[in-house]
This record gives sequence, C-alpha cells and structure tokens, in this order.
Amino acid sequence: MSSASAGPDPAATSVALTARQVTWRRRRESASRTWAQFRRHRSGIVGLVLLVFFALVAIFAPLLADSSGLEVTKATGPVLAGPSSAYPVGTDENGRSVLTLLIWGSRVSLSVGLLATVISMVLGTVLGIASGHFGGRVGGLLFRLTEWFLVIPFLPVALVLATLLGPSLLTIAFVIGLTSWPGTALLIRAQTLSIEARPYMERARVLGAGNWHQMSRHVLPNVMPMVFANTTLTVAIAILSETTLSFLGLGDPSRTSWGTMLDHAFSNGAMTLGAWWFIFPPGICVVLVVLAFTLAGQALEELFNPRLRDR
Amino acid sequence: MSGELLSARSLEVTFASRHGPTNAKGVDGVDLDVGAGEIVALVGESGCGKTTLARTLLGLERPSAGQVSYAQSPLRYSTRALRDYRRHVQLILQDPTGALNPRQSVYESVAEGLRIHKLVERYHREGTALTEVDLVARALSRAGLRPPERFFLSFPHELSGGQRQRVVIAGALALEPDVLIADEPVSSLDASIRGEILALLLKLRDDLGLSVLVVTHDLGLAWNIADRIAVMYLGRIVEVGTTEEVLGHPRHPYTRALLSVVPEIEQIDPIVLSGETPDPSRIPPGCRFHPRCPALQGGEATAVGVAGRCTGEDLPVIEAVREHQAACWLSMAVSSVG
Amino acid sequence: MASLLEINDLHVTYRTAGGDLPAVRGVSLSIDAGESLGVAGESGCGKSTVASTVLRLQPKNAQVSGQVLVAGKDVLTMRWGHLRAVRWADASVIFQGALHSLNPVQRIGDQIGEPIRLHDSSVSKAEAATRVGQLLEQVGIPASRGRSYPHQLSGGQRQRIMIAMALACRPSLVVADEPTTALDVMVQAQVLGVLTDLVHELGLGLLLISHDLSVLGTTCDRVLVMYAGRVVEEGPAGRVFDDPHHPYSGALAASFPRVGDPAARFAPAGLPGDPPDPRSLPAGCTFHPRCRLQTAECQLSDPPLQIHGLSRPVACIHADGTNMKTAAEARQRRPDQPVELAAGTGSTPTRRGGRDEW
Repeated sequence: MSSASAGPDPAATSVALTARQVTWRRRRESASRTWAQFRRHRSGIVGLVLLVFFALVAIFAPLLADSSGLEVTKATGPVLAGPSSAYPVGTDENGRSVLTLLIWGSRVSLSVGLLATVISMVLGTVLGIASGHFGGRVGGLLFRLTEWFLVIPFLPVALVLATLLGPSLLTIAFVIGLTSWPGTALLIRAQTLSIEARPYMERARVLGAGNWHQMSRHVLPNVMPMVFANTTLTVAIAILSETTLSFLGLGDPSRTSWGTMLDHAFSNGAMTLGAWWFIFPPGICVVLVVLAFTLAGQALEELFNPRLRDR
Repeated sequence: MSGELLSARSLEVTFASRHGPTNAKGVDGVDLDVGAGEIVALVGESGCGKTTLARTLLGLERPSAGQVSYAQSPLRYSTRALRDYRRHVQLILQDPTGALNPRQSVYESVAEGLRIHKLVERYHREGTALTEVDLVARALSRAGLRPPERFFLSFPHELSGGQRQRVVIAGALALEPDVLIADEPVSSLDASIRGEILALLLKLRDDLGLSVLVVTHDLGLAWNIADRIAVMYLGRIVEVGTTEEVLGHPRHPYTRALLSVVPEIEQIDPIVLSGETPDPSRIPPGCRFHPRCPALQGGEATAVGVAGRCTGEDLPVIEAVREHQAACWLSMAVSSVG
Repeated sequence: MASLLEINDLHVTYRTAGGDLPAVRGVSLSIDAGESLGVAGESGCGKSTVASTVLRLQPKNAQVSGQVLVAGKDVLTMRWGHLRAVRWADASVIFQGALHSLNPVQRIGDQIGEPIRLHDSSVSKAEAATRVGQLLEQVGIPASRGRSYPHQLSGGQRQRIMIAMALACRPSLVVADEPTTALDVMVQAQVLGVLTDLVHELGLGLLLISHDLSVLGTTCDRVLVMYAGRVVEEGPAGRVFDDPHHPYSGALAASFPRVGDPAARFAPAGLPGDPPDPRSLPAGCTFHPRCRLQTAECQLSDPPLQIHGLSRPVACIHADGTNMKTAAEARQRRPDQPVELAAGTGSTPTRRGGRDEW
C-alpha cells in the first residue's frame, strides 16, 4: 500500500493530465504493488519459476529437440532402452527419445490446457456476471443453466463429445472448456452479487449508468482478480483433464502429449517391463505443471482476497 | 406552484411482503414539494420510509400509485427518460467509503457521469470548449477539494472520510444537476467533518442555486441547513412546515418526542418512545402513531375528546401547500378551537 | 479503595510496515464505582485504542507501556488465565455493530447465558435461564424474547442485547465503544437511558467512547477530549460540552447545534482539515495547523495538560476560560468564510492506506 502516492505531484499540477495518462499511471502503480506483494510469497515464486521453465521449454521446443525425433519411421534408438548418454531419459517402444517426446508433449499439453482455460474462463465470467447482475427471470435462467452444467458428469460428456466431434486437439480443449466453466460461473456469480450490493453500484445507477456500463466498469474490474486467480487453478485442472482424456485414448493420435505418452506406455506394458523411464517422466511433468499453476494461483488468490491476506 | 422543481403527489410504494399476503407499504400516500434553491429536510426514524421515498424521487423505485414530477412534467420510467432525469437529480449516499469504487481513482469516479452522459461532446456541440479534465477539476473545486489536480490520482483509501464525501459530491456536481438528494450525508462522518460538509451543501445552494432534499434522523442537521422540514412516520408525512415552525413550535406529538431526545444539556424532559417504528405491513387503524403516542397515553387526547378519532379514524394526507401542518387529531382540534 | 479502572501514562504504538504509529501518547484516567467517564475525539485520535487496552484486546502489533489497573490489578502484565477471568467478570466490553457480534443461528437467550456458565460451572441451567431473564428485563426487553433469534430483533434491541451480554457476569466495569453510532436518535435515547440507569442502579463504572460530544455530555459524569493520542481537556461532562476551554473541544461541541439556537441557523460549525497523520505529527501543539488561535508560540512545544488557573485541566497555551464553543459558532457566521480544504492540509499529509480507527 505504501507505494501509492497521494501527495502533490509536480507533473500533475503543472500539466493537465489526460484521462488516458491517469489510467495508465494507475495501472502501472497497481501492477508494481501487486508484484511487490507476490514476491513475498515463497510458494508463489516457486510456482512461477516452474511455470516459466515449462513455458520456455514449450516455446523453444524446436531448438531443444528436432521434431523428426517424433516420427516413428525415423526413430533410430533401441526399443525401450533405459537412460543412457545418447538418450538421457531412455527410449519408447518405437525407439524414440522420451526426452524429445516430453519436450514436444509439453507444447500440446500446455496449449490444450490454456485454450480450454480461456474457453472456460470467458464462459464462466460472462455467464457468472450476467446471472449475478440481472435479477429476475434472466438471472434465474442463467443460474439454472449453470447448475445444470455443474451436475453433468465430466467423463461421459467428454467421451460422447470427443466421439461425435472426432479426436482432435480443438475438440479436447472445447470439451474441457465446456465442462469446467460452471464452477467459475458460480464463484463469479457470488462475487458479483456481493459487489451488486455495494453503494457504488447504486451511485453508478444514479449517475445514469446502463447495465453494460455497470457490468464492465464496476463489476468486471472488481471480479477480475478472482478470475485471474481462478484461471491458474483451472489451467491445472484442464491439463489434468487433457492427460486423462488422452490416456483414455480420446486424444489426437497424431500429436504427442504427456497424456498420450502415458497411454502408449500403459498399452505397451511399460509397467510390467519395468520401463519406468517411459511412465514416470510424463507423470512427473504433469504433476509439476499442475503444482506450479496451483501454487501461483493460490498466491494470487491470497493477494487479491483481503480476507485471506491477513492470515 | 410554479416554483416547485421536484414534487411527489399521492405517492405510494409497496413491497411484496415475505410474511403473509398483505403488501407492506413503505410509502403510503405522500405529497411533497422541493422548490428551486430550497433545502428540505425529510426527518424520521429508520424504517419510516424516508429512504424509500428518496429512492422513489430519484426514480430508483417505481411508485405503485401516484407520481413524481420534475419541473412540472411527470417522470417517465423508460431507460432513456430516466437517464436524462439523472442529469437533473443526483444522489449523495450516506457512506462515502462504500459509494466509491475502490479500484477507481478520484478522477475516474468524478469523470464517470460525464462519460455516461457524453457531456464533453455535448458541450463541444454547444460551442463550449471544455475538456473532461476541466470539468472534473471544476467539479472537484466546487466540492471544496483544491487544488483539484492534487486529488486526480488519489484512490479512495488514501483520503479521509470528509474528502471521500467531497469526491462523491463532486461526482454528482459534474453533471450540473438542479437537485441533490442527500441520504444521511454526514451520519457516517466524524463530528468535526460534519459541519464542513453541511456548510458545503449550503454554499452549493447559494452559489449554484441547487435544491437539496436531505434525508436524516438528525434534527440538529435540519436546524443547521434546512429551509423546510417534513417529518415522516410509518410511510406518511405527519408534520411539515418551515424549520422554525416545525422545530420551534412542533404540533405533532411525534415531532415533540423526536425533539426531546436530541442530546443536549439543558433540555426538556426526554420523551423516550417505547419500541421502534412498527411494521409497515401492519399499519394500525386510525392515527398510525396512536399506539406509541404520549399525548394519547397521557390523556391529553381524551381531555380534548379526540381519543376515539385517534384510534378509529384515518387522518387525511397532508397536502403540499406551504403552511405549517400536522396530521394529528389532537393538534387539529386544539388549533380549530384556539 | 482502589478505583475500578485506573490508567496511568498509557502509551500505545502500532508497529506497521509504514513505520511506527503512536496511537496513544500518555493518557491517564480513573473511574470509580457508579461513575461514568466519556472519551471524545475524532477517528484516529486513539480513543478506541485506549478502550481496547482495558481488556488487553489491542492488536498484536501494538506496543503498550504504562499501567492499566482493573480493580487494582495490572491487566498489561497479567497472566493469560487470570486475564480471562477479568474479562467478563470484572470488566466487559460493548462493541458497536451489534448485528455482526451476535451469532445468527443461536437464540439470544443462549448467547447471553453462555458466558455465565463458562465462567462459573456451578451455575445450573435453570439458574442461568433465570439470570438471562433478569438481564433482558434490565435492558428493557421482555424475558420471553430470549427465545428469539437475532434477525427477529430490531437494531436497537440487538444493541440492548449486547449490553445484556456485557452484564451477564455481573462486571463492575463496562467499556462501551460507540454503542449508539449506527442508531436513530430515538433508539439512541433508549440505549443511553439503559446505560445510565445501570450505572445508577448497579453502581457500575462506565467508560463510554464516542465521537459525539453531545451524547457524552448527557450521559456521562466526566469527559476526556482526546486529540492525536493525547488528552487535551478533562472535566465535568456538562461543563466541557457547554463551556469548553480548548479550541478543539469547542469545535467538537459546536458541531452538534442546539436546536432553536439562532447562532447555528444556516451556520453549521465544523473544523477544517483532517486529523494529523500519527506517523508525522506537527511540531509543537499537534492541533495548531487546524486551530484558529494558532500563533508562532504554538509550534514550539506541545502544551501539557494543566490547570491554568481554570476550573479544569486544558492542554492549550491560549486557554483563558473563554467559551470556545460559542467562539467556534461565531466564527462560522463570518460571511466570507471559505469552504475550502484547511490551510493545514499542506503540512498535514493526507492519510494513506491507513485504518480509520487506531
């Protein structure tokens, strides 16, 4: 709180500020304040470092491992060989380097997870705010819709949709997004309801603000921190879901993800053959990424939720 | 009647009651006028319907009967008409801390109304080359925050309670309204700040010719700034008149009781009414104040011979004429005799 | 016999991220049985902090020095178990905001009875129930309402329930922090009436905290006026309200006009400026930037609370027995009075990110 300044500012008094400058300045200050607080969370920093690591791996995958290493026909290594100097994490049943698979798999897993999260967050935020803001029939209907989606069991729907739409990365992201938004919507709806009761909403109405202005200027900025914190937690769930669906054979067969790796390992009996290097690395990667998102998410949540902050 | 800027006629507001089939009448037949440049205090206990009346005058509640009119034309409730109405009649809320969005700077809070009504563009079309910054600065300095630029980037939590209330007032002033409706504007502020905010309201009336309807339970506040007072009890106005008349020569036993409990040192014996404002879903027959009325319990009404009317006969609604009036059988009987 | 409450040279400093924040700087007071003492002042003047130290309820980051004696025993150095016995049984607190202090899903009778049985396990259920009935009647609520839930009561009734709870273990001292702030005048009169009756009937000691000097003037025997963590005037409540000698007490008293007083008509009296930031108090008298009597001398030293040949102690070098209340009102009538931020705002920085009440 201490970085904000209310004192006289030479620039402010000599030159009249435009609205945009005011806004920008405010955003910069708020961002630097948030960062200063985030830095104090050790677990949050651990999560962030892990995330940056995986993001870098995914982005620079072509530099780290040749994509030809993914093709079964061009595989050169021994079948299901343990770690060696040439293949640090061993090889799979086709003689491909597990490390290459891991590196390229991170791209698929992360992008599906992020895409699914974006779908889920947009749907959840929009429907949550709308069902909280509009009272009466519209709000009630949206709330019922949310509850309806909430009670649909995830796996059967995912199985049906994946079969109907055909296995592809987009389908998987879509299916995960479509089934995971109701939780967010309920959270955002509750937050919206509490914001709706604040006097500044009344003030906005008296100033003549319409529904759109109220939702976009007052509700959204005040639920945004929560959306933000919830996003990181949803990414974790989405990546886990992607892994699950791929493991069940609903993934895109032409793309390697951590989930499909686990699926292959399982169906080729890596377990019974003792080929731990084929099973553990993708599993550990999933756990680490999920953990990283959760840690960062929890830190953000504590930052933005004043009631948790003082604990 | 030509001087009346904001008026209510036979206004009724009902709420669907959760207990039972009867609807609670928050406002039950109110006539009230606020003239141009006039400060009117609407006084009563919490639950008497004063806040509901204020919200209805603002167009935030729809009356179930009767009408609100502004500048002689009835208020319409279409989105557009309401939006236009907001430029003329503005609200000052009780709690300035809650009334400001914590994520908005002072500048944004004040500029919000300007943006909603696109006032900068409008002024531009009319040939006035005022920028948004000019208008925000003008509103802030009119609200007593000077130099205004110093406050642009401040956030509500960096300001004191009095400064926050001034920002709320500036936000309303930015729209250049004719009427301010202030709902307990100082009750959440410190005693020392109170006088400053009230002085500001008076100054705005003097400088800009604003009318103010101030909703309060504080008779001292009314004495400080109001030209006229309307005392409300259980959905009805029970006494109305100039401040000197109502507070100097109160006619309604309820007004007398309210006056007697204002904390002072050399005061009249306090008449502490038992209980609180009764439930608007169960309005007593006859005079609605009779179950708590000290004049009825003390036998004054019986002495004059109106006790039967007090408990059995409904009182007429006080009309919006500029005279000292009280809806009380006892006071009517006494004044007709004397 | 020792006083019910005696506070000697109390200092409280909050350790915050933004530096040390001295909230209370040397406050002494005492309350005897059957006596009510009021503490008046603005938000942040330290009055609530003083109240919180009586039962050692101050936040963890508070550094306290001085003595707080409840029935002769020092609360600040007491062992935890001993302190628990003092809370409720010797002294109890009534907070503001009764709605949040009551458990919504428990009958009020049970909530009032809880501390009785907690503090004395020999009390039977039936005895506790009788006592709860008596307590409710003492605060003017029919004993049958004990079966109600908090939401079934009105604001004034809930505030009276809080008083009944505070009296449950027959304390000899009650601390009430702004007990009527959110209430209407009529309900305020009811609650204050209950409190004054209890002081007289049960011989309680009452420490009443409020920003409203007029409330203290009618309810209390004596009053302290606090500004920026110090007492600036002390005396009989009625006299301080009617005839204040410190310019700050004068401004506080004048902010509540007497209805019918022509001087207050269209002339609300206020005090320009904001309370100083406790982290950077003005030099000399802490009130001087907002004071209309300020002279160069005021900036030299913070005047001690002393009797300048007056009837009561005042911390002001200009105090000469003038009635500062009428002086404050008269000043407001000057037609050219600008409604502007105080000239003092330049030297007293805007408070930042702080809490409203220290």
